[in-house]
Parts: sequence; C-alpha cells; structure tokens
Amino acid sequence: MAKNIYEKIWGAHIVHEDGDAALLYIDRHFVHEVTSPQAFEGLRLANRRVRRPELTYATMDHNIPTTGRGMPIKDPLSKKQVEVMEQNCADFEVELFNVDDRRNGIVHVIGPELGLTQPGFTIVCGDSHTSTHGAFGALAFGIGTSEVEHVLATQTLSQRASKTMEIRVNGTLATGITAKDIILAIVGKIGTAGGTGYVIEFTGEAIRALSMEGRMTVCNMTIEAGARAGLISPDEKTLAYLKGREFLPKDTSWDDLCARWSAFASDEGCAYDRLVELDASAIEPQVTWGTSPGMVTGVTGKTPVLKDISDSSMRAATEKALGYMDLGEGVAMEEVRINKMFVGSCTNGRIEDLRAASALAKGYTVSESLDQALIVPGSQEVKQQAEQEGLDAIFKAAGFEWREPGCSMCLAMNDDYLNPGDRCASTSNRNFEGRQGKGGRTHLVSPAMAVAAAINGHFTDIRNWKFN
Amino acid sequence: MNPFTTLKGIVAPLDQPNVDTDQIIPKQFLKRVGRSGYEDALFFDWRVLDDGKTLNPDFALNEPRYQGASILLARENFGCGSSREHAPWALDNYGFRCIIAPSYADIFYGNCFNNGMLPIALSDAVVDDLFKATLANAGYELTVDLPAQTITQPDGSALSFEIDAFLKERLINGLDQIGLTLRHEEKITAFEKAAQG
Repeated sequence: MAKNIYEKIWGAHIVHEDGDAALLYIDRHFVHEVTSPQAFEGLRLANRRVRRPELTYATMDHNIPTTGRGMPIKDPLSKKQVEVMEQNCADFEVELFNVDDRRNGIVHVIGPELGLTQPGFTIVCGDSHTSTHGAFGALAFGIGTSEVEHVLATQTLSQRASKTMEIRVNGTLATGITAKDIILAIVGKIGTAGGTGYVIEFTGEAIRALSMEGRMTVCNMTIEAGARAGLISPDEKTLAYLKGREFLPKDTSWDDLCARWSAFASDEGCAYDRLVELDASAIEPQVTWGTSPGMVTGVTGKTPVLKDISDSSMRAATEKALGYMDLGEGVAMEEVRINKMFVGSCTNGRIEDLRAASALAKGYTVSESLDQALIVPGSQEVKQQAEQEGLDAIFKAAGFEWREPGCSMCLAMNDDYLNPGDRCASTSNRNFEGRQGKGGRTHLVSPAMAVAAAINGHFTDIRNWKFN
Repeated sequence: MNPFTTLKGIVAPLDQPNVDTDQIIPKQFLKRVGRSGYEDALFFDWRVLDDGKTLNPDFALNEPRYQGASILLARENFGCGSSREHAPWALDNYGFRCIIAPSYADIFYGNCFNNGMLPIALSDAVVDDLFKATLANAGYELTVDLPAQTITQPDGSALSFEIDAFLKERLINGLDQIGLTLRHEEKITAFEKAAQG
C-alpha cells in the first residue's frame, strides 16, 4: 500500500505499541540553554544518565548577547543559565557548540548545516520551531522540558499518531515572493489552530521549486498553524544540500545514504486525511497586521473593518488585536510606518535570506525614522559566508547593524528588544503581544519586505523595487 | 508527580481565544533554572501594570472573588505558540490544577499531563455556559472527578468529559513517564541493536 512520509517514519521508529500510542525511538535530540536545565536537574535527582549522549547535541542561542562576544555576559541570570548548560554538557558528556565555537548558532540553523539533520530521522528539541528540520523529510517537533528529560533518559518518546494533511502549493511564485510569504499565506488560510492534531506534508510545484533554505522557512512556521510537525519529502535538492556535511555517517557510502533517505519520500498515490490547496501565483508579499501569525494580509491589503466580520468572537479578537497594534480599521498596510527592523531568527536567518535582504539594501540608506535596524545571522557559518560575499559591507554601508548569531529579537530574551510603542518589521515567526518586548508591535514579513520597510520607513510592495 | 483524582475549587475565567504561552509566562522569566517559584510570573504582562509591581485591577484573575481559584476557564486553542513548559509550571505554581477550555495546542496539552495537571476539553457551547455561570455567581465552584470523568456544578448537575485512558491512568496514579518507559528498556535496547544491524 502506498504510504506517506509520516507513516513511513513513524513505522520505522516504533519501539513498543500500546493501542494507538507508541513509544518512538528518537534519532536526534537538540538541546539549548533555556529549556534544558530542569531536565538535567531531573536526571540528577533520579540518579539517571543520558542514555545516548552521542545522539544529543547542544548549542547556546536563545539567551546570548549579539554584541560584545568574548566579554562576560552582563545579565547575571543569563550568565548563570549559560554556565549551567556548560556544566550539564560536561557532566553528561553531551557535545556542546559553545558561543565561541565556529559551529555555534541557532539550533534549527546549525542542525542542517552540520548534517545532524537527516531524512527519515525523528528529531526533537525543547523548542516549538523544531518543525524546521522537517524540510529534510525528518519527523521533527518541539517538546516540553519533561519530555527533554524523558528523551535524555530513554532516547524515546511516547506519542499518539497524528492525522495527516497535505498542503499542496500549485503553480509558480511571482518574482520577489518567498517561502515566508507562502507559509504566512497558509497560516492565514487555515488559521493558527488549523493544523492542530495533524502532521502536514507540503507538496506541489511551488514547494519543489524552493531551495532547502526556503523549505526550512516553510516547515519552521508549521507550528504557527498548530500542527505537530511539517515535512517535505526528500529529493535531489535535499541530497545536494547534505552532501559533504560534517556529521554525516562515516560508515555508510554516499550512494547508500541517498538510497536510504530517498526511500522515505511519500509514495505516489499515498493518502492523507485532509487536503488543502493553494495557488502560488496568487500569493503577494505578506504582512501581519495583528497579534497572531494568522492575522495577515497582502502588502496591498488593508487592516480589517470590524463591521464586516460576522463571527462575534472573531470580531472581538480583531478589535483587541488592532487596539494592541494601535492600528485603525481599513488602514492600507503600505501606510503603516515602522521605527525598528529585525532580520534574523530560525525562520529567516540563513544565507539565502541575507542575500535577498542585501540585494534590496544595496545602494540605499535606512530611513531616518528608524531607531534600529538589526541584521542577525542565524549561525557563525552563515555569518562567515555572508562576510565572504561582502553582504555585511552592503548592510553596514546602508546603516544596518551587523550582529553576532543568536535568537536575538525574535524572542527578545537578550538585550535586543522592542520598547513599549515600538513598531517593528520582523522576519521572525511570532507577532504575539509583547513577544519582542512588552508593548512592542511586531509585523511579520520576509527579509526583502523588512529591508524595504526599513529603507522607506513604511511597508512597501517589493515587486516594484528599483534594485541598484 | 502528584496524583490527580478529584478537585473542588473556585473557577477563574480568562475570556480570550488563542492565549499563547508568551502571555502565560513572558520570556524574561525563562532565564531561571528551577521548576518552581513561577507564580509571580503568570500572565505577568496582563496581570501587572507597567510599573512591574501594581496588580492590574482590570484583569480577571486579580478580582477578589477569584482569589484561591484552582480551575481556569479558558477559550479555544489555549496554550498555543512556544513549547515552554514554564507555562504549566507557572499555572501550577499559582494554584491552577485544572483547565477547562474548548481546545488546546498540542505541546501545551502534553506538558500539562507531565506536571500532574488536568486540561479538560468541552464543547464551545458548554464552555460558554460555564463562563456565564462563573460570571453570574461569586465564588462559583466546580468539582472535578477524574476517575468518574465528571464535572459537578453547585446545583448538583454533572457534565461528563472525555480523556485518553492512558493519560487518565497516569494522572490518577501520579505515574512518572520515564519510569513507565523504562519498563520497556529491553525493547529499547533491542531496537538499538537492530538499527546497528
């Protein structure tokens, strides 16, 4: 019988079954400094060890500063958390890509870069954006800290099978439209709980046409639609990306790896519980206007008009969101002015994102109405690559700040945050109230849209951009 | 883990859909390395005014009638967003042992059970009725009986709820998931051996 990729990976990882629950073997476990201390402490209290430390990799990303590397971290709580991570990795023999390591970066950026993310794997991390790794045809999802402890102790996780949803993006994207616009349009279409209980496989011509970086952006924000995980079946692009990466198995030939990985791709004619279709050619540059990623419209669109919303709870939520965002009804998105910009995060902090951003920035200057415009690469590797290509010089010449890698202003745990009333064009993944700083207002966009907004001081349709 | 069997407690209403875990506990409290002491962080940006000290008198949880509440009444897609287990920790530390809502985000839902908390899903209409009853009656209490899968209202009428049999068993007995899994350690080892081929 034809199987989809989720059914194949699930079936290949069952250790024990009990009704519709299964104990799944976990191939790769990523940990970071914020959601792991309590898990390691739990192991200590129960006198347990890490069952397979060689399958577990740690990085520092959420809480670290993006300036002054090499200096002691000023915030004592952040400093302590970093020290606890170092100690835990030393005590439990887990490999750590520390802040000064050339392999350091945001967990969902470095996993693929290092070849730690592989097709057919089960991958977990105490972070909801673990869905990113699904771009490689891995079943990857975020877990809580108790589950982090469970995986450390047992290398397994108790799971219930999810339903499956195929999201087929037909046709081709217009020039300037990116993976970020596809996923924002999808979340807008199915809603932030539209994927609850499902694992999503993204298919169709427009998905196949995306680079691996673009596919990671799409899978990254699957969680914003509430889905357990998002996947894309591996193909030639997947294999080409992975070839030669540092942590690929050394005891298997490349051809054998390719054969093993490719076998996980969904079979022709396989079934899903639900199908959603989108026309790629109809997607325009997306901008969120509210406090949930599903509150989104095209750049030529306007904020909602309350009397046009028939559902009363939807109307109330819209009114509250517009209030928090300090936006009126029926306001054209292109008239909305910003004073901060952030390009980075596990959603859009990869080399392709920085290339797209720099292409727009070249020969322009950040608007005087901007108080801050940050470019934060997703990893050291991305940073080095961008500097080799001279992208940092373009950004700096245009008045953008070029920072060290980390999660930075996506969740604003470090010194990169919005002040009350700030309005930010951000390439991150969440526009929740206060996400980037209490009282801050976040508009989610693609890297190109963020840079265009920073240069013009307001949202701009990049399809009309004059490139230098 | 503390077992959960029955709970009689005051109900506090949080009348908003899609409450995300960034609201349940904002990021500035995620720098701590312990599992307890998060009660002051719960709904911080809503519960506390901009001075960081004064309680917001307009936030429901601050009303005198809801003090000591142990059941949180919420709307659909509760707990969406970040996987942070600090969210159930903060709710638990504050005193909530049970949540009633039409639906939950997946990761949050699982995190509750791993902390001995019971998230109950009821239909929109029933949750709507509970909101009305909670707002209309000061000191409104419900009695949750997990073994019987019922919620009893002050007038004695009972509602029933569905829950996965395995999760129910775990809560009632306060079973540690790692301990349960390690009963299958031989199978884990066998799986690893087979994978190494």
